[in-house]
Amino acid sequence: MSENVNVEQMSSKDALSYFQAKLDEDARQAKKEGRLVCWSASVAPPEFCVAMGITMVYPETHAAGIGAHKGSMPILDVAENKGYNTDICSYCRVNMGYMELLKQKALTGKTPQVLADSPAADVPLPDLVITCNNICNTLLKWYENLANELHIPLLMIDVPFNHEWPVQKHNKEYIVGEFKHVISQLEEICGRPFDYDKFLEVQKQTQRSVAAWNKIATFLTYKPSPINGFDLFNYMGLIVCARSLDYSEITFNKYVKELEAKLEAKKYAFGDNEKTRVTWEGIAVWIALGHTFKELKGMGSLMTGSAYPGIWDLTYTPGDMESMADAYTHTYINCEIGHRGEVLEQVVSSGKCDGMVVHQNRSCKNMSLLNNAGALYVQKKLDVPFVIFDGDQTDPRNFSEAQFDTRVEALGEMMDAKKGGNQ
Amino acid sequence: MKQIDELIAQFQAVAANPAKAVADYKAETGKGAVGMMPLYAPEEIVHAAGYLPIGMWGAQKQSIAKARTYLPPFTCSVMQSVMELQLNGTYDCLDAVVFSTPCDTLQCMSQLWHGKAPIVVFTHPQNRKIAAAVPFLKAEYAHVKAELERILGVTISEEAIENSIKVYNENRQIMREFCDVAAQYPQIFDPAKRHAVIKARWFMEKSKHTALVRELIDAVKAQPVQPWSGKKIILSGIMAEPNELLDLLKEFNFAVVADDLAQESRQYRNDVPAGCDPLEQLAQWWQDFDGCPLATNEAKPRGPMLIQAAEKYQADAVVICMMKFCDPEEFDYPIYHMEFDAAGLRHTVIEMDQESTAFEQIRTRLQAFAELL
Repeated sequence: MSENVNVEQMSSKDALSYFQAKLDEDARQAKKEGRLVCWSASVAPPEFCVAMGITMVYPETHAAGIGAHKGSMPILDVAENKGYNTDICSYCRVNMGYMELLKQKALTGKTPQVLADSPAADVPLPDLVITCNNICNTLLKWYENLANELHIPLLMIDVPFNHEWPVQKHNKEYIVGEFKHVISQLEEICGRPFDYDKFLEVQKQTQRSVAAWNKIATFLTYKPSPINGFDLFNYMGLIVCARSLDYSEITFNKYVKELEAKLEAKKYAFGDNEKTRVTWEGIAVWIALGHTFKELKGMGSLMTGSAYPGIWDLTYTPGDMESMADAYTHTYINCEIGHRGEVLEQVVSSGKCDGMVVHQNRSCKNMSLLNNAGALYVQKKLDVPFVIFDGDQTDPRNFSEAQFDTRVEALGEMMDAKKGGNQ
Repeated sequence: MKQIDELIAQFQAVAANPAKAVADYKAETGKGAVGMMPLYAPEEIVHAAGYLPIGMWGAQKQSIAKARTYLPPFTCSVMQSVMELQLNGTYDCLDAVVFSTPCDTLQCMSQLWHGKAPIVVFTHPQNRKIAAAVPFLKAEYAHVKAELERILGVTISEEAIENSIKVYNENRQIMREFCDVAAQYPQIFDPAKRHAVIKARWFMEKSKHTALVRELIDAVKAQPVQPWSGKKIILSGIMAEPNELLDLLKEFNFAVVADDLAQESRQYRNDVPAGCDPLEQLAQWWQDFDGCPLATNEAKPRGPMLIQAAEKYQADAVVICMMKFCDPEEFDYPIYHMEFDAAGLRHTVIEMDQESTAFEQIRTRLQAFAELL
């Protein structure tokens, strides 16, 4: 990375690219210098590791990048040859395949051909891993296997499913107990006392990043909208991978300024062609991000709602462990259906959406099994139509462009009919 | 032998007709039954209320029709079956249902209940070995207890739970003894008969089940142990059904000398520890438990446990009963299969689908495996 880069002069888009590349470089540099690298689940708290100077790498984002660059199939094959069933989440299979290739490289000193040919960003093997099941229990099994295969420590923040809402006191106490355990694990791994002062600073940084992230989402409420929700999927990379660093805060604040300027200049995402607005429920289809976006754009359907990016609204009070525990456990997909439905309803209503596109994701049982119930809940409350399509985040075998197009066109017809009826 | 056959027939009758077991219990006690969703739940609390805890492990060869409306096709086979049974009224005889949420599918199923009985949901901690796990699970069990008291209109005393723990521990001990006896007498306990004795414990009041198993063990032990010319196997997975699969094992001369099935031995692998706080003791059971993919442990002890069991029971191989679309079970496979290879332990994988009515593929696989061994 060039030291002469002037981040201040960059657009938010350039800053996004710059910091994403820098995160990978930071990890490579840390490894080179013998500093610790940690692989992390996307919504696991990074604050503890960052406070101890550990560099974070995010396999889900890494896998999404491989998928978006059409490189997942050869790596999925590697994982499947190791015995990972095609039923298992494709993020995990991509990551297990990538880990296997890195292991082979480390053991033989030669880069396996699949890795040499892959568009995968070059990130190093971890010295420890941290997971949190606030978005799915798959992350427990995935990281259990990573720790076992690599013979490295596992830091686990198990957030129990919130079958009661709001979050119960004993849930928070248990999670705080886990935080304390992670601190003691880190003290042992790093061989020095936990740095509580740095931890507080990191918590404050995380809150500034989260606040900037949340500010971006408020632009989805404008009609017409200056922002296309698909852009959130791109910027999401930084709230996942760098929320405890200033990289994300800097980038998001730039984006907020750009959006304010657009709004001021009446420059909208679809110009004057914003015919309808939709909520996208579920993870993006990274292997067909362009196609899904273009199909909707072709109909003048702008995405102005998605509960998924809102998962990183991890607002809490720095210095208050229970508040932090609450923030990390109350992701909408870790809560009972009533609260989950309310969050979805809020997304659809604040995005002023006319319909919902629901991703029945073959890789995500936690989202997919309640898709229908969630969508029906919103439909009942807000009387908006929805369609469900079959897809996958990073396994191209589970997505069909034709089916997606047909379903979305059907939604378009339903939205048009409703608008017609309302006139 | 007549006495043994008659005893086994009693277990088979209960295992094949849970509805009758519930009706008989209601007639006998004036109380009802509470469904226990897989995989692990504090049955002792229900038992202490005087109600009959009933296992809800789907049904064999249940045709899935209505459940398709609510569940995507990649939902595991047993939960497809459970959903169908909710919708067709099979579970309407239950007074309540206790739900745990150790995997994504069960978590979602707890929010999709369509049966008539009220449900009580609780969550197991997965960071099981740390101190904070026990008070958390104790609080969850207190919630289960309070909800059951409210729904059933009963009071559940600490003494009653302590007594139920004793009853259940006695059953756990005799089940471990039974499995060892069954391993010694494969001529008597073919795989389906062994399964029936174990499955019946899901539908019988446990002290009665214990007494009947005691009687069976005593009768069997009076018989001479005979040499076994076939192969010895261990079953591992969530469950091993339908019975046609077990009959195929018999056809190819496989004796089940031990199991690592969630529906079977994982339930009684360890006892609830002694103590003076029954809910805490029940919580400690979960902390002590191991070897199931639904109970997180990065040490992944399942492979070594199976290798050790194979040595102890002189098993020739492990047969993996892979529940279709059960990702936690699928996650263990890449790890233990490497460990089996390193230890020289043979294994094969057969896919479990409760809905299945055609078994030719499994027959071919088992036949080939038998020849290979």
